[in-house]
Amino acid sequence: MIDWLFLAEVTLAGLGTGALLALPGVAFVLIYKATKVVNLAIGETLMLGAYAYFALTSGLGWPLWLAVPLVLAAGGGFGALVERIMIRPMLGSSAISVFMVTIGLGAMIVGAVELAWGLEPHRLVTHTSEAPLFIGEAYVPRKTAAAFGVATLVIVVLLLVLRLWPGSLALRATATDPGAAYSCGVSVPRVYSFSWAIASMIAAGAGILVGAVAGISPGMGVFGLTVLAVVIMGGLDSVLGVLLAALLVGFAESVVVAYLGGEYKLITTFALLLLMLLVRPHGLLGTAEIDRL
Amino acid sequence: MTTLSTPALPRRQATVLALSAVAFVAAPFVVSNYWLYWICLMAINTISATGLNILTGYTGLSSLGQAAFMGVGAYTLALLQQHLPLPFPLALLAAGLVAAIIGLVVGMPSLRVKGLYLAIATIAASVVLEFVFTNWQSVTNGTKGLTLAPASFFGQPLDQPGQLYWVIVPTAIVLVAMAANLFRTRVGRAFIAIRDRDISAEVLGIPLLRYKLMSFGLASFYAGVAGGLWAFFFRVVTPDAFPIVLSIFFLAAIIVGGLGTIAGGVIGAIFMTLVPELLRLVFGLLTAWVPDAMAVIPSVRSIIFGALIVGFLLFEPQGIAAIVSRISRRSRARASC
Repeated sequence: MIDWLFLAEVTLAGLGTGALLALPGVAFVLIYKATKVVNLAIGETLMLGAYAYFALTSGLGWPLWLAVPLVLAAGGGFGALVERIMIRPMLGSSAISVFMVTIGLGAMIVGAVELAWGLEPHRLVTHTSEAPLFIGEAYVPRKTAAAFGVATLVIVVLLLVLRLWPGSLALRATATDPGAAYSCGVSVPRVYSFSWAIASMIAAGAGILVGAVAGISPGMGVFGLTVLAVVIMGGLDSVLGVLLAALLVGFAESVVVAYLGGEYKLITTFALLLLMLLVRPHGLLGTAEIDRL
Repeated sequence: MTTLSTPALPRRQATVLALSAVAFVAAPFVVSNYWLYWICLMAINTISATGLNILTGYTGLSSLGQAAFMGVGAYTLALLQQHLPLPFPLALLAAGLVAAIIGLVVGMPSLRVKGLYLAIATIAASVVLEFVFTNWQSVTNGTKGLTLAPASFFGQPLDQPGQLYWVIVPTAIVLVAMAANLFRTRVGRAFIAIRDRDISAEVLGIPLLRYKLMSFGLASFYAGVAGGLWAFFFRVVTPDAFPIVLSIFFLAAIIVGGLGTIAGGVIGAIFMTLVPELLRLVFGLLTAWVPDAMAVIPSVRSIIFGALIVGFLLFEPQGIAAIVSRISRRSRARASC
């Protein structure tokens, strides 16, 4: 006999995880679409954002309304800087080389965070009340609900901006064909900087949400691996696919954790990923690249 | 070794070879146990790095599973020893083959698409394998791991670095020589053709999937053998001995040493094996001023590995091997004028 209420709660928790996965996932797709770089350091950028927020609020005692914009700005600045000094010089090298650069960057960030804040996990200061929230009869932790709300809002706003803002045309043009865009007067280098800045800003912000829900530790980069799995499953270049895959993975993880236990979480995600690579390598909604003759 | 056609060895090369042979035979008698330990570890890492170099440096694919496949080799060897005792050369071969087979299973789906997907599939495989090592209690003994008896040679147990030297270093030499010779054959040339331009390679009649799989299988085989030797060397195999960081270590090794040169894989593995030990020395000196300096070594190591990967890819993509050949070319040019 299935306990429907329990299943409903598990589903809601899954939705929460899904939204948290979707946010850095969208950041990942933004970078991939604009610059064709598979950025393995997105999980570490997320962790850096969470730790920056931790340093500002718990360390310096700054209020939320000051800390959040600062973390977002720092995240954006970090992304632009990384693009400028590590990614742009690699222009024209093979995709594998750039990919390996982001691996190196990730390792550097993990080491730096461990040095600065130590190995032990911390909790983020949150401003949600601890009173339980009920949707119908199902219980949802208030933090998860708040994180879900914020993540959804950000994604909706981002999608609207990318669709309606005139400047996004340059982004889409670059994504389609950088060479043609460049000769039409689009400043491709600026688009590159911009996409890295925005994506890193989103990742840093997502770090605050993830940290608020689950706490922070130098092992948070593992969350980045899950995001990578989500992005591959959704399709590297499809925002919609990533949203779908994020909900799917969030739901699957939540069910597995509820019925089997926490140690099965990561393996479920990666087993799903291997399965997806087997049956549909370009992901749910990704473009099947034709690179054979 | 890397030159393609040398009818007779030039005198320079012959001298180098002779000197290396003397050094190889003399080392265990001259060098202290401490250094033999490091030589053995360098040789093990050289094997794994050379395998990864076949894949990344010569075929243009990338893997973050080299450490996990070493784990497969190590566990295979440990389990064989418990359940089906074989002479150790056969056991090593089996360790390599099992790793290669698992590699093929992982590579099969992802290599149908672009090369980058292999890197992602190998991340997934690392996670899955680590899970299997940890949770398949009945076979792998969980987090406690498996303990091995020392390898034996005609009843003589090999448990000191000085004795294992005669197993590990020759294996490394043979495998590195095989890798060097591979690139004189059709298969090796096909790998290079795929790296340089996969579409042209396919037009020239190289079946991409088959050769990419072959390259990945070889890389995993090298990792498996290295893992088997690793198991003989440390004699205890635990799930946390083969984290993704170790795969990043091997990636760093071939990037630092030189992608796509045999010497690069060897130089890189030796260099990277020494980095943690150098760190230990430096931080050991620092403890005079900072009492808990040793505790931060893993973090510093992570930063240094990352910085080496990024720095070399940006500024010296051909690695130390290119620097060495540049210097020797210059010195030769100076000598001839």
